[in-house]
Amino acid sequence: MRGRTDWRREAGPFLALIGLPLAWFLLLILVPLGAVWALSFAINTGVASIEVTGTLANYARTLEPTYLGILLKSLALAGLATLVSLGLGFPVALAIAFAPPPWRTPLLVAVTLPFWTNLLIRTYALMAVLRDEGLVNRVVAALAPDLAPLPLLYHDVAVVVGLVYVHLPFMVLPIFAALDRMDRSLIEASLDLGAGPLATIRHVVLPLAGPGIRAGVLLTFVPALGSYLVPDLLGGPGSQMIANVIERQFRRADDWPFGAALAFVLVYLTLLALALLAPRRPAARA
Amino acid sequence: MRGDPLDYGRCWPLRLLLAATLAFLYLPLVVLVAFSFNAGRRVTVWRGFSLEWYERLVRNPELLAALGNSLVVASFATLLSLLLGTLAALALWRFRFPGRIGLERGLALPILVPEICLGVAFLVFFARVVPWPTGLPWPLSLGAIVLAHTSFLFPFVAILVRARLESFNPELEEAARDLGAGTWRALQDVVLPHLKPALLASALLAFTLSLDDFVITFFTAGPDTVTFPVKVYAMVRFSVTPEVNAVSTLLLALTALLAWVGVRLQARLGGRPS
Repeated sequence: MRGRTDWRREAGPFLALIGLPLAWFLLLILVPLGAVWALSFAINTGVASIEVTGTLANYARTLEPTYLGILLKSLALAGLATLVSLGLGFPVALAIAFAPPPWRTPLLVAVTLPFWTNLLIRTYALMAVLRDEGLVNRVVAALAPDLAPLPLLYHDVAVVVGLVYVHLPFMVLPIFAALDRMDRSLIEASLDLGAGPLATIRHVVLPLAGPGIRAGVLLTFVPALGSYLVPDLLGGPGSQMIANVIERQFRRADDWPFGAALAFVLVYLTLLALALLAPRRPAARA
Repeated sequence: MRGDPLDYGRCWPLRLLLAATLAFLYLPLVVLVAFSFNAGRRVTVWRGFSLEWYERLVRNPELLAALGNSLVVASFATLLSLLLGTLAALALWRFRFPGRIGLERGLALPILVPEICLGVAFLVFFARVVPWPTGLPWPLSLGAIVLAHTSFLFPFVAILVRARLESFNPELEEAARDLGAGTWRALQDVVLPHLKPALLASALLAFTLSLDDFVITFFTAGPDTVTFPVKVYAMVRFSVTPEVNAVSTLLLALTALLAWVGVRLQARLGGRPS
């Protein structure tokens, strides 16, 4: 194990290395976040004046039925999207991990590639497919001509589909990594001992893929909970998520203190999800 | 034969699901690209091949300006975050100092905190704490966006470079020092060459994420500093036309080109171990 040098022994190089990133971190990461945090304890005292009074009224307002409803709805939509992603992502990761070796890398790349394309464009692409005269409804119309077009877009369903569409690679990759590391002889042993393929998945593969599944759930749920674009473009008036309400407070309603409180409720929820799901050992870092 | 662990790979429901998932991921994108070449105004009914919408794009100065802004922002933010991220990674890897763990955790904040929260944080920062002067000449007017992007990008660079440093053989640095190299010389001649693949991967990731970013930019951009995604967002909200499809296709092509260049460069670096 390589020891770290105590900074006092080479103070010059140390300060030269740490100076810039530390200053940037303090001024351009901590101060902006701290400013929002301070705002969450402030009140509007005039058209453009805000006073930090230490009030908890903004947080109390986030618990009013309207906002609590949106909060719970956000959790439900993100949770549902995570479940669907897991249901889809686990078998997909399994299929890739057990595909013939020459196929593995291309398949993995194929699943990951959409992540590199623009989120806005992917959301827009989905809009075109889900519209009344979109691809899905044209297929439906061809199969069942009497049916009215399904109202897929501007609906909660579209939001969940969109969240799955956008975050699926984050679910597949860590599960694949866990399955890839797994000792295959354990599966062989289980099958040799008479367990069927499904029983083997349940009792052998699933537990071994546990850390990958946790990482996948975390990497899907956290960004899904804070999604702005997907509910904004695909959702209806009733499927707004917390990020949309935050945006409205800051850009349209001009109630920054309340928006700041909502933003920090989202931060706290994110940290809670992290605390519950984050891998215990750094080895499983995503 | 039941004992073959590759059974799961041959199982047809799994293969079907894999195929369906890939179709789900790619079909919308294929449709989007296809209709950018549509002759009609609609994005759902095919009226024949045409390059009309691309010609319109070329004559849309606002959109071209937004694309230019995005490329400038991504370039500067990538350079800055490479510098900051590498410095941070080296300091965290090399030295023991009070607050090291705290700084390491703190750097994860921009990655963990939801984008919308970072967006409002920069909105508040540039509106209230350190007001960014308006009316600056281009490209200085893009400064606030560059700073905001760098803040959420450089922690990614720090993580990638840190991971690469774990595989560095410290004996190499010791050897360099035994041969008389100072701290700087050893870092520059021995450690930095080892970091090349991580720096390349970081640059690609940073550039792509910057080009991709909508939410944070949305809160930092002014009326004169619209980036490409912000402009495309306005177009999407306003109307769904093949013009938006054409724009999107161009951006997809740009991303694909970047990824291809990255893979080529990575292969060249990997093929010649330094």
